[in-house]
Amino acid sequence: MKVEIITPDHRVFEGDIKSIRVPGRKGSFQVLKDHAPIISTLENGPVIIVDTEGQETVFEINGGVIEVKMNRIIVLAESVN
Amino acid sequence: MGNLKEIRVRIASVRSTRQITSAMKMVSAAKLRRAQDKILKLRPYANKLHEILVNLSQSLAEKQAENIYGRISVPEKILLVVITSNKGLCGAFNSNVIREARRLIYEKYPDQHRNGNVTILPVGKKGYDFFRKQNIKMLPDSSDLLNDLSFNNAVIVAEGIMKSFVAGEYDRVELIYNQFKNAAVQNLTDEVFLPVETCHPDESEAAMPADYIYEPTREDIIEELIPKSLKIQFYKAVLDSFVAEHGARMTAMHMATDNASELIRDLTLEYNKARQASITNQILEVVSGAEALKG
Repeated sequence: MKVEIITPDHRVFEGDIKSIRVPGRKGSFQVLKDHAPIISTLENGPVIIVDTEGQETVFEINGGVIEVKMNRIIVLAESVN
Repeated sequence: MGNLKEIRVRIASVRSTRQITSAMKMVSAAKLRRAQDKILKLRPYANKLHEILVNLSQSLAEKQAENIYGRISVPEKILLVVITSNKGLCGAFNSNVIREARRLIYEKYPDQHRNGNVTILPVGKKGYDFFRKQNIKMLPDSSDLLNDLSFNNAVIVAEGIMKSFVAGEYDRVELIYNQFKNAAVQNLTDEVFLPVETCHPDESEAAMPADYIYEPTREDIIEELIPKSLKIQFYKAVLDSFVAEHGARMTAMHMATDNASELIRDLTLEYNKARQASITNQILEVVSGAEALKG
């Protein structure tokens, strides 16, 4: 499962991951392999990535949007702290 | 001797011109670096957002959902956003854009033009100056945007365009601008801004749009995402043109500096030749005078 986290300033993260948890507008949710296609706006909060080796990485984002489509995830964040 | 002095004066004037062009080149190079940084970072974001938008509006079209920015009708009323620069001395930068705009008006939309339904929104003084003299409807120019180019200022212009599209004042909005490729190359780009296009021409997945889950709701997504993406797209176009302008000016000034150097070389050669000729002449006169005295 590939993920890209991009802000208008730079590409924060790109790579293969096992799962990702994002702060959706209706509450935080996790995306695993073969998740149904979804487009959701995001609130301020943490994006938690678990990479293929089980390593956790956390990014604090300020709002944005996520698109999941056929195991390709794009997170567009306004900004990342 | 008169000839000698003339050449000397010309060399001096070419030299001072070279100094100016080379200074302008430096200034453009510095501005280019700063602006280039911005556009290169913005681009991936803008492209992805646009991609999402295309996917989104495609699956909306499938469901016949309401999308005020995707209203497709026979394009009767056209708005062309012509993005040029405020200042000249940048080679063919502006004339390329203007030529493309004219081509669109006279070849792509001749009927609409005849009916007076083609409107120009000039961003940049050069485009404004050109179309002011033509018999074409024109909105007040937004050249100030280029003097202080920021996302927030671009948003003001973009919102104006979006509002008049939604209100039905225009059926189609196109952006014409120079896209920055590198300092020496600009790609002339003609891009449909509104309505939001519903299919990607070169994407095989386009045939089967994903059935998205929308969170919180589809309406919220449309309301939030589409205007955001359009604003980014507009800002990107203006920024692209802004960066390309500095690239074009840097290249043009570089050429001018080179030409001046060459001219100075030629003139110096000519000057030396003329000086040598006058010395030879003087010697000849002295020698022949002495010969005559010997008798």
